[in-house]
Amino acid sequence: MTQQKQHSSRWSKQLAASAMALALTSGMSLAQAAETIKVGVLHSLSGTMAISETTLKDTVLMMVEEQNKAGGLLGKKLEPVVVDPASDWPLFAEKARELLEKEQVDVIFGCWTSVSRKSVLPVVEELNGLLFYPVQYEGEESSKNVFYTGAAPNQQAIPAVDYLMGEEGVERWVLAGTDYVYPRTTNKILEAYLKTAGVADEDIMISYTPFGHSDWQTIVSDIKKFGEAGKKTAVVSTINGDANVPFYKELANQGIAAEDIPVVAFSVGEEELSGFDTAPLVGHLAAWNYFQSADSELNEEFIGAWQSFIGSEERVTNDPMEATYIGFKMWAEAVEKAGSVEVDSVRDAMYGITVPNLTGGYAVMNTNHHLTKPVLIGEIQADGQFDVVWQTAGGVIGDAWTDHLPESANLVADWTAPISCGNFNITTSQCSGQNY
Amino acid sequence: MKTMLNKLLGLVGLVVLSFGVLADDWQQAASGLTGKSSNHKLAAIEAMLEFDDPRNAVALQGMLDAELYYVKADRQLVIATKSGRSFLLTDLQGESLGEVAKSKIKRITVNNRIRREIRSGLAMMALAGPDEDARFSAVRSLMANVEAEQLPLVEQRLVAETSAKVQDKLRELQAIILLENGDDAQRQSSAEFLGGRMDAPSRNALLRAQSDEQNAEVLAAINESVARNQQLLKLNRAAENLYFGLSLGAVLLLAAVGLAITFGVMGVINMAHGEMIMLGAYTTYVVQQLMPGHIELSLVVAIPAAFLVSGAMGVLIERGIIRFLYGRPLETLLATFGLSLVLQQLVRSIFGPLNQAVITPQWLSGSLEINGVLALTYNRLYIIIFSFMVVAALWLLISKTFFGLQVRAVTQNRAMANAMGIRSSWVDAMTFGLGSGVAGIAGVALSQLTNVGPNLGQNYIIDSFMVVVFGGVGNLFGTVVAAMTLGVANKLAEPFTGAVLAKILVLVFIILFIQKRPRGMFALKGRMVED
Repeated sequence: MTQQKQHSSRWSKQLAASAMALALTSGMSLAQAAETIKVGVLHSLSGTMAISETTLKDTVLMMVEEQNKAGGLLGKKLEPVVVDPASDWPLFAEKARELLEKEQVDVIFGCWTSVSRKSVLPVVEELNGLLFYPVQYEGEESSKNVFYTGAAPNQQAIPAVDYLMGEEGVERWVLAGTDYVYPRTTNKILEAYLKTAGVADEDIMISYTPFGHSDWQTIVSDIKKFGEAGKKTAVVSTINGDANVPFYKELANQGIAAEDIPVVAFSVGEEELSGFDTAPLVGHLAAWNYFQSADSELNEEFIGAWQSFIGSEERVTNDPMEATYIGFKMWAEAVEKAGSVEVDSVRDAMYGITVPNLTGGYAVMNTNHHLTKPVLIGEIQADGQFDVVWQTAGGVIGDAWTDHLPESANLVADWTAPISCGNFNITTSQCSGQNY
Repeated sequence: MKTMLNKLLGLVGLVVLSFGVLADDWQQAASGLTGKSSNHKLAAIEAMLEFDDPRNAVALQGMLDAELYYVKADRQLVIATKSGRSFLLTDLQGESLGEVAKSKIKRITVNNRIRREIRSGLAMMALAGPDEDARFSAVRSLMANVEAEQLPLVEQRLVAETSAKVQDKLRELQAIILLENGDDAQRQSSAEFLGGRMDAPSRNALLRAQSDEQNAEVLAAINESVARNQQLLKLNRAAENLYFGLSLGAVLLLAAVGLAITFGVMGVINMAHGEMIMLGAYTTYVVQQLMPGHIELSLVVAIPAAFLVSGAMGVLIERGIIRFLYGRPLETLLATFGLSLVLQQLVRSIFGPLNQAVITPQWLSGSLEINGVLALTYNRLYIIIFSFMVVAALWLLISKTFFGLQVRAVTQNRAMANAMGIRSSWVDAMTFGLGSGVAGIAGVALSQLTNVGPNLGQNYIIDSFMVVVFGGVGNLFGTVVAAMTLGVANKLAEPFTGAVLAKILVLVFIILFIQKRPRGMFALKGRMVED
């Protein structure tokens, strides 16, 4: 019964939509309709992820607006098509299909969580779409139809651990994360990495918590006990979004200061901190490829443009925004280079394209669909911003398949001939073809 | 006289500096602070501490507070505080240097390594200072990083120290040093002294000594102290766990107690209960925005404000929606669920989708230290006390006042109550308002523990129903016992199973329990239950 109802409502929606489309095209000349290049935006505007993803939708809209002001692309205007997958993972696939089949978009910017990307993956591969994914993630993937402009684990997690080992002399590690695929995989990689660096089993503690966990007493007290052993201890946190506020509050209340046990986080950026009273967090760390405090002219321009686009001087910028910016600029350049928006020619034009980072230097798109970009470590300040305390000497090449896990150590991704494959096994010279 | 002289000296220094001719030795030492690398800064701090100069304290504290800047033009160190778009400068002697634009000065950034160095430098200075608490924590920070060279200093302080509390800590520090470096007799007495001391450095020192000690007699003393520590440690850890459980229970109790009235007493399945909590939390935020200078007081104001806001909303909901749906639980459930979405969206439209920063007052931060292992965090402590106060007040209201009498009369036999002249519809509205208002108060407390965002309520609605059903519908006492049982059970399981599994285990336990006793732990008996 309910299913029928749903069916009929979807039917009527479709009917209404096609009627509207008819009305639109009859009112507009057909030639003009073909004059625009359609840019799909697939970010959640409602539900739990809306907090983070709405910002990225606005970033894409800002980039489109700027591009149009500069004359569009190939003499055509860009037209954004925004859909709302509502933080609902299966709906991401449906909406991606809608964008590609019905709206016929030429490119999609979208997704945040790994599970949403995994759900979109089969759709973009089947329909040969083009997806730009702007968020740091666990790696172990390279799809022909996706460009990953966020950090792979070797562009965030591993440099962060290196920093703590080198600069702070950390010998004991707590890997704390929310219980889902990104933290689990990242921690697996980190554990393997730490062990090869000579850290003993008893010096690693791993703990997982549910989404939105708010009672951190036991875990923080465990961390405190773990840190009392006399060796310098640090926490590597893959705790997601909301759960961070009560976690840091509990740390402060139980008297754990950043000088004693620093926490380095991979999911805490400027935007997350804007909901914090950051005074007790000063000194805790985050590893990203971008901080708003980065000192460069380009960055100042970007922040200015963003704040005037959104109409508030309070709004902050963050790393996934920079990744969106780089992805969009690269795509626009590739389209110009290819002289067409056709997916296969744009993809070929993407390789080796460079775009200036907002933090200085250039980002390069590699043939494994990941970027080369610098890694920065920042310390939280009382004003909710980060002070950059360390950064890699040059760019770090994004590694699709980590070398620190046995199952992916001999996999490489290279989408140019003669390999043309996202998961080429260098010992068997086979492609498994499996990304999901 | 001395300050006058200081000022005069400072003025002279300033004049000299501004002519860019000469800098005194201290300034020479501190000049490394304006360098880029952390190694330069660390070296500078070490060099500065060679001097017994009042500027040290100002500069170090300024670095910690992110207020130490240098003027780009002449590299002079200044304390800068923001005022509007520009910065007010004072030099390290407290002389005002006027206002400059942000581009003229640069902040001296510190990282954790430098911060650690600063703190130990400040601790050394505080060791002979006038403030007892500062001296105490100075000794403690020395304990975290024990070095044998500190012994003469410690012994010198032991003689000069007047406070018994600080003296005791100094003796502990002395024992730690002697346990490693003293002769047989000193080691033995140190080992005995350190038995029963719960601070981590003391415990670790004993454990280290246990594996290194050669002398059999001393070893025996060490072993005895270690065993004693182990036992005390176990006891303290158990107490800590119990405290965690109670505090989780108190949070559950606060979240559920409003529901115990709307659902328990009135029988309304109110899915918008969580949003009443959220409204209370947002009220706290608004109150803090309205009285920015009085954060310490804001919570006291927020409690009645949240009660009124959520309570008024509750009355509105009851009059507008729920009264038409009495006796139709399924419709009530759907209507209130829809209402919860509306309220969430309303808050999202007014305040935006991002979480709001509710500031924690000073008196709610930090913890009450019982000993080196056991520390009770103040926010949780106050919430435990607060939750019991709320329940006690509610109980008094329901069982001792005329309004409470009316509420009980209406729930027990509506027709009879009507016949006695009680306006039952008015009582319904007030009761629902009361339940919602109490939920609002819970929101004030939760704003101190978790995120204040549109989804706040959703995280607590399931737990709240769980507690009320488990405790027995319609029974305030049952709700208290249920909340505490679930809290403690969850926290006792967590160290063994991890947070994820502990939550699942508690749920499974409740499902099984409800199979056995569908009416919960303390079921109401009597006629009204039958209908």
